[in-house]
Amino acid sequence: MVISDSRPERSAVLDARDLGSLLEALQLRGYGPVGPTIVGDAVVLRPIAGVDELPSGVGDAQEPGSYRLAPRDDGRFFGHNLGPSSAKRFLFPPVRSLWTAIRIGPQVRIEANDDPPPKIALIGLRACDLAAIAIQDRVFGREPYVDPHYQAARENALLIAVNCSQAAATCFCASMGTGPRVGGGFDLCLTELLDAGGHRFLVEAGSEKGDQVLADLPTTVATERDRRAARAESDRAQAQIQRRLDTDGLKDVLYRNAEHPYWNTVGERCLACGNCTLVCPTCFCATVEDASDLTGDRTERTRIWDSCFNLEFSYIHGGSVRTSTAARYRQWITHKLGAWIEQFGTSGCVGCGRCIAWCPVGIDITEEAGRLRSEDRAPQPVGR
Amino acid sequence: MASLLEPGVALRPDPMVPRLVTLERTRAETADTFTMELVAPDGVTEFPFLPGQFNMVGALGVGEVPISVSGDPQTPRTIVHTTREVGAVTNALKQLRPGAALTLRGPYGTAWPVEACSGHDVVLIAGGIGLAPLRPVIYEVMRQRARFGRFLVLYGTRSPEDILFAKELSRWRSQFDMELLVTVDRGTEHWRGNVGVVTKLVARAPFEPRETVAMVCGPEVMMRFAVAELRARGVAEPNIHVSLERNMKCGVGLCGHCQLRGEFICRSGPVYSYDRVAPLFEVREL
Ligand SMILES: Cc1cc2nc3c(=O)[nH]c(=O)nc-3n(C[C@H](O)[C@H](O)[C@H](O)COP(=O)(O)OP(=O)(O)OC[C@H]3O[C@@H](n4cnc5c(N)ncnc54)[C@H](O)[C@@H]3O)c2cc1C
Ligand code: SF4
Ligand code: SF4
Ligand code: FES
Repeated sequence: MVISDSRPERSAVLDARDLGSLLEALQLRGYGPVGPTIVGDAVVLRPIAGVDELPSGVGDAQEPGSYRLAPRDDGRFFGHNLGPSSAKRFLFPPVRSLWTAIRIGPQVRIEANDDPPPKIALIGLRACDLAAIAIQDRVFGREPYVDPHYQAARENALLIAVNCSQAAATCFCASMGTGPRVGGGFDLCLTELLDAGGHRFLVEAGSEKGDQVLADLPTTVATERDRRAARAESDRAQAQIQRRLDTDGLKDVLYRNAEHPYWNTVGERCLACGNCTLVCPTCFCATVEDASDLTGDRTERTRIWDSCFNLEFSYIHGGSVRTSTAARYRQWITHKLGAWIEQFGTSGCVGCGRCIAWCPVGIDITEEAGRLRSEDRAPQPVGR
Repeated sequence: MASLLEPGVALRPDPMVPRLVTLERTRAETADTFTMELVAPDGVTEFPFLPGQFNMVGALGVGEVPISVSGDPQTPRTIVHTTREVGAVTNALKQLRPGAALTLRGPYGTAWPVEACSGHDVVLIAGGIGLAPLRPVIYEVMRQRARFGRFLVLYGTRSPEDILFAKELSRWRSQFDMELLVTVDRGTEHWRGNVGVVTKLVARAPFEPRETVAMVCGPEVMMRFAVAELRARGVAEPNIHVSLERNMKCGVGLCGHCQLRGEFICRSGPVYSYDRVAPLFEVREL
């Protein structure tokens, strides 16, 4: 995995009643807090003004094709698992203006959209979310053509992680080596503790910026007991993980079975709706759209999330390359679990389980990969 | 520590932001194909490129598409694109009048291995508009003709009226030592040349297979057959080069559209030596 294992420099304990001081400290430093909050029937990441907007006392139950909020009686702020949105929405927004061409008489001018993205603090990111960000850092940072909008958004975002204290039935971060315990790549990391010692957070700083915010908080010294309690939270989450994905040699299994009849069976179930790519925190495909005003004097090009499940995605003159749904599902899972390794030196999947819960027909990436492996055709001799 | 990006601090340049170029002239090549000559607004900026590379060419308000450079690498002040009109963007490009502004990004992608052909027979196999991305190779070979062995251009197109660069081709054939074999899908009463698919020309073309570097550009099926014929003649896979085509929205490895398994064709292609992409060529709907 791409997480660095630099150890947090400083840690302290924050009483749960003082969680508001974290938001205030962030706001004072110019960071707009973005955190989990309930919208409709799901926990999503949104700009929040205060701790009362956090989903306190709310958990969830997730299964393939199903996500339900469920009350919990312990008043935890972070007693939920992942909702459909991820940091991707903020670092790589679904719609972004790239440039505008302005025509004045015979003259045309192009104005790049170089508005810096807002300074935000992303609160409540889980270990797998941090791993997904590290993956997108690679995707958008390949020289010589880097995405400056992504880099600026990254630069302007403070990452405030939360250690999971429970796992959803859809989680499989352990198989992907990304969680459940946060390893690194954060500015601050919170572990919500709820035991005889009270409702409190172990707060660890993982960067200089995080250190400065931590110094602003009304904390007490973290004891060995707090640290042990924090490990116990992660151990509980770890013990609850039921889903597994065997990644051993998976790229080659996917590659050598590209023409396996199995693909038709998943092609028959998949609706090609693209939900999986939208909720996935690493999927990065985008298209562009041009729009002109009525006079035709202003033309704007906008970048918009796209999905390899769209028929037009692979369109070239004469017809799309991937016409069947089977070919599109094969493209998605083969890219995620195979080609990504070739391209970026890491799997494209962090095991967050979002695509499993949000697939309307409950297609499960771990099950599909497992099924293909079980029907694996004998390895071909190298070199055809 | 202050954020590195306080308001007012410049971002790195965005590779998605194009430059403006001016259309100097458009020449009709055939009924549906035209060649544009573009220059920088200042008239002096040069646009160096390697044969086989492409630009993202845009019509304002309509869109941007990948088009290979078809001009002479030695005259980089003019950007030359030969385009077949097939849809919205290519149609809009065709309608532009001299003096019009276009958007341009590039050049992007890998090149035909002209240098590596030194001392070898060079065989170009083109289908339809596929001749345009190969024309810069012809310019380069002609300029240093003595460095190469036999030079063959095998070209297939729909009908005699669809032959691209006809005058130029016949001039090259007469002035230089270039073997040109043309075939059409449908002949006319005046056509005395070959009729049939271009790949059939490979079997009897005069080149020394073990000494040959081949470059193939055209529809994917045509390339598949051409490669098979070349291999049957004994040309080694690493000496066969193909230019792949996929939907492209960025040209710079960011949008994901051009992926072919592990390849981003806009970055590691469009030109590949066949041995690298052979396994991908055989899978349907990849
Ligand atoms: C590397 C490369 C080099 C090319 N060089 C040339 C060339 O020199 N001359 C030439 O005539 N054509 C070339 N093409 C093909 C050219 O890009 C398409 O014909 C063009 O995109 C069609 O756009 P349209 O809007 O007119 O057509 P539509 O049919 O309206 O297409 C709609 C959209 O689909 C996409 N699209 C359609 N066909 C293609 C395609 N073949 N490749 C990529 N995207 C496509 C484009 O985004 C296009 O805007 C090249 C393609 C690639 C990938
Ligand atoms: S593929 Fe599914 S489980 Fe893996 S990172 Fe994407 S959404 Fe999460
Ligand atoms: S796998 Fe599920 S979520 Fe993804 S496109 Fe198919 S039906 Fe939609
Ligand atoms: S065209 Fe966008 S990644 Fe290649």
